[in-house]
Amino acid sequence: MSAQIFEDSNTTSTSGRGTVVVSGVASDAHTWNLVFLQLMIEELGYDVVNLGPCVPAELLVAECEQHKPALVVISSVNGHGYQDGLRLIDEVRASSELVATPVVIGGKLGIAGSLDEGASDRLVSAGFDAVFEDGARTVLSFYDFMAGLPSAATPLAARTKVSV
Amino acid sequence: MSACFPTRPSADENPVDFGEFVRSRGGRGSIVAQPRMGFSDPNRMREGLIATKKADAHTVGTLTLDSYTRVGDHEAADTALREGLALNGYPIVNHPVETTQWVLDGIRDDEFPVQVRHGSATPLNIFASMVALNLNATEGGPVSYCLPYGRVPLQDSVRNWSQCCEMFTQLQSRGIEPHLETFGGCMMGQLCPPSMLVAISVLEALFFANHGLRSVSVSYAQQTNLDQDIEAVQALRALCAELLPTDNWHVVIYTYMGMYPTTDHGCENLLGSAAQLAVATGAERVIVKTVAESRRIPTIAENVQALEHAHNSTRVVRPEIGRSRELADSQTYQEARALVMAVLNLHSDLGQALLLAFKQGYLDVPYCLHPDNAGRSRSYIDADGWLRWGEVGSLPLGHLVPRTRSRRITSSGLLDDLSYVRRKYDEEPSTRVEVGV
Repeated sequence: MSAQIFEDSNTTSTSGRGTVVVSGVASDAHTWNLVFLQLMIEELGYDVVNLGPCVPAELLVAECEQHKPALVVISSVNGHGYQDGLRLIDEVRASSELVATPVVIGGKLGIAGSLDEGASDRLVSAGFDAVFEDGARTVLSFYDFMAGLPSAATPLAARTKVSV
Repeated sequence: MSACFPTRPSADENPVDFGEFVRSRGGRGSIVAQPRMGFSDPNRMREGLIATKKADAHTVGTLTLDSYTRVGDHEAADTALREGLALNGYPIVNHPVETTQWVLDGIRDDEFPVQVRHGSATPLNIFASMVALNLNATEGGPVSYCLPYGRVPLQDSVRNWSQCCEMFTQLQSRGIEPHLETFGGCMMGQLCPPSMLVAISVLEALFFANHGLRSVSVSYAQQTNLDQDIEAVQALRALCAELLPTDNWHVVIYTYMGMYPTTDHGCENLLGSAAQLAVATGAERVIVKTVAESRRIPTIAENVQALEHAHNSTRVVRPEIGRSRELADSQTYQEARALVMAVLNLHSDLGQALLLAFKQGYLDVPYCLHPDNAGRSRSYIDADGWLRWGEVGSLPLGHLVPRTRSRRITSSGLLDDLSYVRRKYDEEPSTRVEVGV
C-alpha cells in the first residue's frame, strides 16, 4: 500500500533515485513523523512507499521484497522503538533479498528520554545501518546520511512532472 | 459473552457513574482535571493514582494502557513484563485481575472514579478486563481509535466497537452505569479543522447512545487559536443538546495533542490556555499535559504539577464568556452540522453510515494515512492562526468553504504548521502569570 496523498491528483512524478520505504513499527500509532519523512524524502528525489503506522514485521518484509528499496526508514516515537526495532530487524535481515538493503531507525526510541549509548550500538549490531535519535540535529544528520547513499550519486534529471 | 463475567462483582461493588461525578464537580467555571498516566509496574501505577487523588485540584484517576495492549499484542506485553522492560502504560489484560484490584483498592471510590484509556480498534479483551473489574469508564470510538492509528479496517473497528458497547452496557444490569467518552475530538492530534473534530465527536457519541450507553462525554482537543476553539466547543455543545438522547453528557477538553512546547513556560501557558478554554465554554473536564511532554513519558510528580496548574488557571478567567448567542450559528457550527447531517442521512444504522461516509469522502481526515480514508482533504493554518480547510475533497462543505487556490505542501511548510503552537508558546516572554494568589 503506497499512500499517494501528496501527489497532485492529475500528475505523476518520475524520479531517478529509486524507492524509499517509510514505515512505523508494530506498536506505534503515530503518523505525523511518517507524513513529514515522506515529503522530505520525496523532495530529495526518491519515490516513497509510506506503509503508515502499526506495521507488522511480516508486512514490512513483504513490501520491501516487492519494492526493492534503496533505503528503508523506520520511525518510532512512542517509546517502544528500541524493543520493536530489535524484533523487526531480525525479520528483515532473515530475508535473503534484504541482507544488504540499507535500513535505518529514528525517533524517540525509549520511554525514558534518550537511549543509552549501548542501546544504540545494540540496534546497529542487530542490523540497522544507522540510528537517528530525536534531537536538535537529527534532521541534519539524516540529510548527511541520505547524501552519502550510493543512490544519491545518481545525477537527478530535472524532476519532471508528467501530466496524465 | 457471559463467560466474561465473574459470578459476583469482584473489585469495587458499586462504582459511581463517571459522567454524573464529573458533571457534579465540573462546569460553571470549575473543572475536573485528569492525567494521561499509565505505568506497567503495579506499584508505580498505584502510586500514580494516589498522587492524582491527593493533588490540590478536583481530579479523576486514569489507567492508561500500553501500546502493545492497544494493538492486541498481549504476547509482547508478556515478554516485556517477564524481562523487566518498562512499557509505556498499564497492561490491564496481562496483569491478573487480583493485581489490578490491588492497584485500585481503597483508592477508587465515590470521590475518585477511574477511567481506562487505551486507543484500540480491537478492544474486546480490554473491555472484558474492565467488566471483570467493574471499571465502568473508558473512551474511544469506532472512527477515532481506528483511522489515525493503525491498519485495522474501519469495518472491523465499527463491528468491534458495537460488540464492546454491548458488553459494556451489561454492567447496567448489575446496577453499574458504564460511561464512554468519544476520542473523535482529537483526530490526528493536530491540523484537523475543528468542524471535523466536532462532527466526529458528536457522531461517536450518537453511536454509543444507539448502542445503549446512557452516560457519555464528548472530547475536543485544543487547536491553534483560542477564539476558534471557543467557537468549536460551543458548536459541540449545541449539537449534543440537539441530537443526543440523554442529558447525562459532558465535554472534555484535551490540552494540545500536537508538537508540544519545549520550554517550561510554554508548556504551562498552553495548559493554562486549555483550562481557560474549558472555563470559557462550560466544559466540565480537562485532560492535562506536563512540562515533560515533548521529551519523554512524564513522572508522577510532573503529572500532579500539571493537574494543579490546570486547576489554578481556572481562577483567573471569567466563566463561560463563550455562551453568548452569536456563537451558536458560527461557521464551525454550520460546517459541523452539515457533516453530521450528511452522515446521518446515509443510512439508518450509524455504523453503516460511518462506513459509507468515509467511502464517499463525506468524512475525510486531512493527512490521515489509513487506507479507508479518502485522503483528499487538506488543512493549513492561516495568518490569524486559525485552522482552515485547504482542500475539501468530497466533503459536503462546498456551500460553506470558499474555494481557494491549491496550496503546494512541502516538508518544511508542513513542519511549520505542525510546530506552530510549539513556536508560539516557546517564543512568548517567559514571565509567569501569577494565578490565584
